[in-house]
Amino acid sequence: MATETPGGEEAATGLPQLDFSTFPNQIFWLVVTLVAIYFILQRVALPRIAGVLAERAGTITNDIATAEELKLKAQEAEAAYDKALADARAEAQRIAAEARAEIQGELDDALAKADAQIAAKAAESEAKIADIRAGALDAIRAVSNDAAAEIAGAMGAEASADEIAAAVAERMKG
Amino acid sequence: MADEAKGGALEFHPMDQFIVEPLFGGDTIHWYTPTNVTLWMFLTVLAITAMLVLGTRGRAIVPSRAQSVAELAYGFVYKMVEDVAGKDAVKFFPYIFTLFLFIIFANFLGLIPMAFTTTSHIAVTAVMALAVFLTVTVVGFVKNGASFLSLFWVSSAPAAIRPVLAVIEVISYFVRPVSHSVRLAGAMMAGHAVVKVFAGFAAIAAIAPLSIVAVVAIYGLEVLVSAIQAYVFTILTCVYLKDALHPHH
Repeated sequence: MATETPGGEEAATGLPQLDFSTFPNQIFWLVVTLVAIYFILQRVALPRIAGVLAERAGTITNDIATAEELKLKAQEAEAAYDKALADARAEAQRIAAEARAEIQGELDDALAKADAQIAAKAAESEAKIADIRAGALDAIRAVSNDAAAEIAGAMGAEASADEIAAAVAERMKG
Repeated sequence: MADEAKGGALEFHPMDQFIVEPLFGGDTIHWYTPTNVTLWMFLTVLAITAMLVLGTRGRAIVPSRAQSVAELAYGFVYKMVEDVAGKDAVKFFPYIFTLFLFIIFANFLGLIPMAFTTTSHIAVTAVMALAVFLTVTVVGFVKNGASFLSLFWVSSAPAAIRPVLAVIEVISYFVRPVSHSVRLAGAMMAGHAVVKVFAGFAAIAAIAPLSIVAVVAIYGLEVLVSAIQAYVFTILTCVYLKDALHPHH
């Protein structure tokens, strides 16, 4: 019917879809086309895409597994780090306590020594003071005896040295 | 081509776009003559090759855009076959994917202005639908033997009406290739014809803007129809295949 002259009178009369004279042509080329597409897909496209998809799935699975592994490692490392930190802290405390005890011991020793020295010095000083005091009393007594003898002589009274000494001693006691 | 106004009268030739004509002149169309059908089918093959072969040549783990589209198409149809027809239908996936790609690319190439839409011809869609029908029927009998006939024997229905249902089932089974093919060809033909008719009205200055808006709207609709018809044809193929592999209701 309407195959040769597009836009002509004939073309307007019938539906081109129902022009059976073109059917063998269309069917032939359709079969050729479908077979071509099928072989392109079957030989090249489908294996390639399936391969890429499988590879991607594999890569993702592997990556996830690796990530899990790394996470475990990180957790282990963190645990080790925490443990090391706790150990170090305990060690530091132990060392500090030791040092404190040592220092305390030394301090105690030094204090005891110092106390002993102070006590010795004090005893020494007391002895010296006692000596000095004794010396001073004798000197005062002598001076007092001399002074009393002089005073008694000047007053014109006679008194023996012994009497004067006795009297001075008597007074000094009071 | 169909919008010239002669002597005040509009002449529409909305069907001229569907005429099969030889590419290199001549009057007669033999079965081997290279026609516009040949050209546009060749372009379809070319477009499919470009997307699925050139697009995926990187074989990248992180795909390029073209590779993503190819993988999406693959995954879409693969999942459809698996979900609708079952796991054992996966070996038919290359055939179904071939049909899907041919239809969707032919539909979209047909949307190019001045293009020839190969899928608007009942000769093309009928061959595909008959191929599906014959394949499914043969597979059904090879896989299930005579028990494939239980597809027509609705065992869940009351015994009295089973023969009636069987007649209806048989009729609907044989109507399948008709509806399968006419649906696609009809949708493509009608849409393209409507676009042409609206384009014809653009010759009248007063309603030209309205007609252009209408053409744009119909064209948008046609883009949807092109994808949906390819999807429908493919999913019906899967449904028929499921009947062949698992005929028991």
